[in-house]
Amino acid sequence: MSYVLIIGAKSDIAKELARVYAKNGYNLYLAARNSDSLNDLVNDIKIRSNVDVQIKEFDIVKFETHQNFYDSLETKPLGVIVTAGYMAEQKECEKEWNKTLNTINVNYLGIISILNIVSNDMEKNKNGFIIGVSSVAGDRGRKANYIYGSSKAAFSAYLSGLRNRLYESKVQVLTVKPGFVNTKMTKDLDLPAKLTIEPEDIALDIYNAQQKGKDILYTKGIWRLIMLIIKHIPEFIFKKMSI
Amino acid sequence: MSLNSWGMYPLIKNKKIMFQKKEDLKNKLQESNIYIPFGNGRSYGDSALNKNIIYCKPYNYLLNFDESTGLLHCQAGIMLSEIIEIFVPKGWFLKITPGTKLITIGGAIASDVHGKNHHIEGCFSECVEEFSLMLANGEIKKCSKTNNAELFKATCGGMGLTGIILDAKISLKKINSQYIEQITIKTKNLKETFDAFEKYSNKPYSVAWIDCLAKDNEIGKCLLMVGDFENDGNLNFKSKKKLNIPFNFPSFALNKLSVKAFNWLYYRKAPNGVSKQKVDIDSFFYPLDAINNWNRIYGKAGFTQYQFILPKKTSFEGLTEILKEISNSGKGSFLAVLKLYGKENDNYLSFPIEGYSLALDFKIEKGLFELLDKLDQIVLKYNGKIYLTKDVRVSKETFEKGYPNIEKFRNLRKEYGMDKKFQSLQSLRVGI
Ligand SMILES: Cc1cc2nc3c(=O)[nH]c(=O)nc-3n(C[C@H](O)[C@H](O)[C@H](O)COP(=O)(O)OP(=O)(O)OC[C@H]3O[C@@H](n4cnc5c(N)ncnc54)[C@H](O)[C@@H]3O)c2cc1C
Repeated sequence: MSYVLIIGAKSDIAKELARVYAKNGYNLYLAARNSDSLNDLVNDIKIRSNVDVQIKEFDIVKFETHQNFYDSLETKPLGVIVTAGYMAEQKECEKEWNKTLNTINVNYLGIISILNIVSNDMEKNKNGFIIGVSSVAGDRGRKANYIYGSSKAAFSAYLSGLRNRLYESKVQVLTVKPGFVNTKMTKDLDLPAKLTIEPEDIALDIYNAQQKGKDILYTKGIWRLIMLIIKHIPEFIFKKMSI
Repeated sequence: MSLNSWGMYPLIKNKKIMFQKKEDLKNKLQESNIYIPFGNGRSYGDSALNKNIIYCKPYNYLLNFDESTGLLHCQAGIMLSEIIEIFVPKGWFLKITPGTKLITIGGAIASDVHGKNHHIEGCFSECVEEFSLMLANGEIKKCSKTNNAELFKATCGGMGLTGIILDAKISLKKINSQYIEQITIKTKNLKETFDAFEKYSNKPYSVAWIDCLAKDNEIGKCLLMVGDFENDGNLNFKSKKKLNIPFNFPSFALNKLSVKAFNWLYYRKAPNGVSKQKVDIDSFFYPLDAINNWNRIYGKAGFTQYQFILPKKTSFEGLTEILKEISNSGKGSFLAVLKLYGKENDNYLSFPIEGYSLALDFKIEKGLFELLDKLDQIVLKYNGKIYLTKDVRVSKETFEKGYPNIEKFRNLRKEYGMDKKFQSLQSLRVGI
């Protein structure tokens, strides 16, 4: 059975995605930094499903290692899912260049570096899927988190171009734009319950959208509408707003 | 983000603590806040609610499974629904399960839940070989019936007030089918209902749906459903798709719509006398889970479940009196669940005693709590007690009379400093 490679496998969404894909018979490569801490997840999946699960040490900001990393995968993955992401406080990013740089490196440059490699291979094979977990925050820059938001905007634009390029090769590119997800990352935020989704539900949403061959997934769906409205507020009004 | 329990009442703001590693949790406990663990919020009332809650559901890895004995070691946040989905195809099922599978192992232990087989198998604690518990100071104790037995007896049924259950070893039961052979017995009154329960008491699973709107000599008429697993080797289990109730129903909808629908569904449809059906796990054990968010049919104000148990000796008389009172009041609960229970265990705050228990849903509305206070008096008169995991309003006095081990529980909490660290709205109300 085919392999799915999950990049950034330590996130809450990745954990649930790994379970969903394993449940549906896919073998897994779980890639992350300090990957030892993934042992519990591997054990969990092996009790749940009879699939092969392998842990791979991978650092998304060590661009120069990416080719070797990909070459070292014995069976090339049918699907690649990127859930890696870094979110620092906007105010901190404004003051500390390191945090801004890390945001751009993790959320954009690092992902592009590995996906360039992956997509060349998939294009050649005329088969496969790529899922990028971006964010609604990339749909419009807001003062509350535009450093993070702009890195996600760049990522979303990359995915849209990639989808365009790979269309002929029948490689699916799915852009996922989550709104609020109930994860470690958001635990201190006061999230409105109706707009918030649990990691296990988002994972199922993503799996279903991928299986159906979708291009863009807002999850929860209500965010498509919210972002449609936010995108259409004229700039001369938007700049005065605090949202 | 705020979390609420199943009854959607009360609504309170809370801050939730999530943890992935024990050390993170330990650090949180060192802070001066007061906490209460929260599983999946399927308790109806305020037992899992406070300003700071420890959200245990994401702590949900399977740690080990022994295929030869059926012993499962898992973290406490895992849901029964997942366990069923993973292990039924392998030929294993939960030994004890409540009427919903959407609860966590931690919640199952903390409420010492019971199922349709209590008269034979007892409470959830019977299938718990061991669990680890994080105490108020962050120390972790392994507890079983023989090791730290006091903590075991206090924690099973202890409503999260003894600490955080981290992981547990539970034994599963071997099955050879995903189907249950169900026998449905339609009765005309409470006397017939009791007789039927006794007659079928050797069947492993039994439960009765009572029509609470029935009056006079029809009081206590029911559909009794009993059953056991088939043996056809079909383990091809898949959870069903669920219906969804997307918004809170306006409050008038309850009476007009659902009372009639349910009565029609559950009484008209069933043939008179005794009939046999082959049903699947979801329909037999978890009929209510088929509809997501069904709690919303009660409207924005929320609802509560009133569940009490009476000793066998006083059950008939007590139930007759209570059912009369309810049917006279004309209040919401059209559908109630009646069950026969076996021997009680010696956990300090476990609910079941040998006898009959009735559970009814009520929409929160004016006059309701007065009615329930009245019912409390009848329950006490017949030496009964109230189930904490469903409760949101019981008084300290009523609670204490039903739970003779309460002092032991209080002392243990003091001894371990739990009383200063773990509190729920409920524990504050009833003084535990
Ligand atoms: C439709 C329906 C049917 C039901 N049928 C039955 C039934 O037949 N029999 C029955 O007994 N019950 C029944 N219940 C009640 C339900 O089984 C219990 O309330 C159960 O405890 C809910 O578990 P939860 O994981 O949702 O926990 P919550 O509701 O979140 O919490 C319940 C209690 O467990 C504590 N708790 C949760 N996790 C932990 C942990 N890790 N460590 C320590 N304490 C913890 C909380 O503090 C709280 O006191 C039913 C509920 C519903 C909604």
